[in-house]
Amino acid sequence: MTTLKTESDVAEAVLAAKGPLAVRGGGTRSVGRPVVGDVLDVSGLSGVTLYEPGALTIVAQAGTPVTEIEMTLAKENQRLAFEPYDLKGLLGTKGKSTIGGVIATNASGPRRIQAGAARDFALGVRFVDGAGNIIKNGGRVMKNVTGYDLVKLMAGSWGTLGVLTEVSLKVLPAVEATTTLVITDRDPGQAVAAMSAALGSPFEVSGAAWIDGAVWLRLEGFASSVDYRAKALGDLLIRHGDITHDDGADWGRVRDGAPMTASSTVWRISVKPSDGPAVIAALPEGSQAMMDWGGGLVWAGCDTADAATHAAVQSRVAALGGHATLIKAPEALRAAVPVFQPEAAGVAALSAALRARFDPRGILNPGLMAA
Amino acid sequence: MEMPVPDPAILARKARVVERLREVLPRDAVIDDPMETRAYECDALTAYRCPPMVAVLPSTTAEVSDVLRICHEIGVPVVPRGSGTSLAGGALPTADCVILGVARMNEVLETDYDNRCVRVQTGRTNLSVTGAVESDGFFYAPDPSSQLACAIAGNIAMNSGGAHCLKYGVTTNNLMGVTLVQMDGTVVEIGGAHLDSGGLDLLGLICGSEGQLGVVTEATLRILHKPEGARPVLMGFDSAEIAGACVGDIIKAGVLPVAIEFMDRMLIEVCEDFAKADYPLCEALLIVEVEGSEAEINDQLALITEIAKRHNPVALRESASAEESARIWAGRKAAFSAIGRVSDYMCLDGTIPVSELPYVLRRIGEMSKEYGLPVGNVFHAGDGNMHPLICYDANKPGDLEICEEFGAEVLKLCVEVGGCLTGEHGVGIEKRDLMTHQYAPNDLEAQMVIKDVFDAKWLLNPAKVFPLAVSEARRGTAIAAE
Repeated sequence: MTTLKTESDVAEAVLAAKGPLAVRGGGTRSVGRPVVGDVLDVSGLSGVTLYEPGALTIVAQAGTPVTEIEMTLAKENQRLAFEPYDLKGLLGTKGKSTIGGVIATNASGPRRIQAGAARDFALGVRFVDGAGNIIKNGGRVMKNVTGYDLVKLMAGSWGTLGVLTEVSLKVLPAVEATTTLVITDRDPGQAVAAMSAALGSPFEVSGAAWIDGAVWLRLEGFASSVDYRAKALGDLLIRHGDITHDDGADWGRVRDGAPMTASSTVWRISVKPSDGPAVIAALPEGSQAMMDWGGGLVWAGCDTADAATHAAVQSRVAALGGHATLIKAPEALRAAVPVFQPEAAGVAALSAALRARFDPRGILNPGLMAA
Repeated sequence: MEMPVPDPAILARKARVVERLREVLPRDAVIDDPMETRAYECDALTAYRCPPMVAVLPSTTAEVSDVLRICHEIGVPVVPRGSGTSLAGGALPTADCVILGVARMNEVLETDYDNRCVRVQTGRTNLSVTGAVESDGFFYAPDPSSQLACAIAGNIAMNSGGAHCLKYGVTTNNLMGVTLVQMDGTVVEIGGAHLDSGGLDLLGLICGSEGQLGVVTEATLRILHKPEGARPVLMGFDSAEIAGACVGDIIKAGVLPVAIEFMDRMLIEVCEDFAKADYPLCEALLIVEVEGSEAEINDQLALITEIAKRHNPVALRESASAEESARIWAGRKAAFSAIGRVSDYMCLDGTIPVSELPYVLRRIGEMSKEYGLPVGNVFHAGDGNMHPLICYDANKPGDLEICEEFGAEVLKLCVEVGGCLTGEHGVGIEKRDLMTHQYAPNDLEAQMVIKDVFDAKWLLNPAKVFPLAVSEARRGTAIAAE
């Protein structure tokens, strides 16, 4: 396939497709049911097209590497507040994570609980649907309720409704200081109790994780404010264990699920925070786990998973209310199971009908999210 | 504003429709007396009125499902209604419709502080969601000016914002789950107390769909612990340009105030008269609010006032007490009612890139002279969401039409400079016919396809959002099929 450089190149390629297309940005996310088809590579659509620091907005072509966007923002002391994760380490993939991939998969890190998800920072999209139509929705302003919100629909659709060509994002100021309160040697129940107390406080905790048996609570902002809140939060949590402060805690490890790297099978599970410990308790023997989002996001890894273990994890999560995604697994297992949490019948029917309308030929990442 | 011609076949079957609805609802929940249905003839866009054929007030999700199933069977359009505070005509009836009001569904179903969420019925008012949790130190963040009256159902339908969403986001950023009743009566649960979707983000799609995809009867909402304190500072400037430059500098300095509100001279005067907040009389006023502990507030305000001083403010005053802060906000939040005391007005809601504020304000001033109608400006300056208030005389023939034409030109200008038609009020009927200025035919088709999926017969609030000519084929099919 010739290199795609522009939105109309993408539209022509989709229109001309004779069979399924595997939509690809940087190729760092080998997630979902494997797609058999021609690769539609949008990494050639690259570059920041507009950046207004005073308006807190940036617009970039979908294939722009996230690192390029982060460098551009850093020069103005701003950042992507939703802290997009990078799966290269966990999945052993090469290439560069692209902003289109981040939005298409709604990839959000630890700050999701305070600042919001990738979908909350997406202000506008341009995309090519399965019939080759170029469609735009939203825009580049921070408040916009003009018509239906297709930006949210496209965020997290994993390229199954359309191929993103451009995204506009809200950005936020970077912070002056960061510190992490650490409470070691906590079991999952104790950890969630401490994290709930912290997140239910007025001290604006911007990360609440349980990693290597320790609770991490992150505070960010102006230095004097961080100092004040670190003391106040420490006082509040006095009954939850001994607290130490770590100004250099590596939140990148939490963000990217790094402690699971050695596991051949990894789930990313979203439940209500108080259900985190129950999810962990029900994991297969020999699993390891980490919690983010105050307990609401469980990363779990094991080496012995098969279709039955996976079904058991998803059925446990279904009973609690939530969703489990098999974020890493051998290709054979991914091909054999529903990688994304099966939806209740009514929701599944709506999703299938939307896919049929946006991609009538069923050629965009077919089967990746749902068979 | 044009509305579809009522279907005589539906009007002729009114008695049968009422009879079917009475089979599933208590007697007092079906209102068909023309004297009483008049109570539902308009929302807060009062220039347009039309009593519905019937109004129903269900008390449960099951009753809502029954009502929708029946209307779906017999092909009657349904217009959902929260508290009727829409400024865009989102709840404006047609003469052949059933108005479905959710006002009787106003319970708090679950309060979960450990997981920082509440589950409510959507007829509950915005402010009373906070009311249910504030004694424990929590609040629900989105704060539309009408929050005393407006219902969560309407907030979800319009994806409502508010003065404090610069920091906390709008409704869609604080909505975690819904119970949605589809037009054929099917009930689906979307989202919940967990974050984000494991499949397509239907929740994000439903929020802001203006009651066209389904009726939301219950919602899980994110609640937050209140900040330790908050304090506004008032800044007066000689011109909107200077105020705009000051806003840009504050944002670039890395402070993120919880709110940055702008008022021009006309609004300062009417709001001051109304609320006695001791606003400085000047060309451009900013209300900037920050939150945190006493020391944090002092630090942030020190930085902000230092920036403001570089722009030669004509007034600069921090609130000295909780009472004064309350008065400052009371004045701002009453802006629409305050101007309503002195004139009929139309409130616009376009959003523009913040950098375009001075240009757009200047153009609005020029247009005000061309059209001969005064304009006041009040808006959320931090995010560029403008609310020009165009004054007109409802008793003067032709004045409303001039006002509407003027308003349309302002909104087209917003789109032209890279903004949008509506930032937080919704399209409704008000901006419906301007949608083609913001969106190309393909863009609108992609949105209408979604309505096809959720409501194939186009019976739910069908005459809103899309220009009538654009949606005619779809609505026509629905009626022809009967």
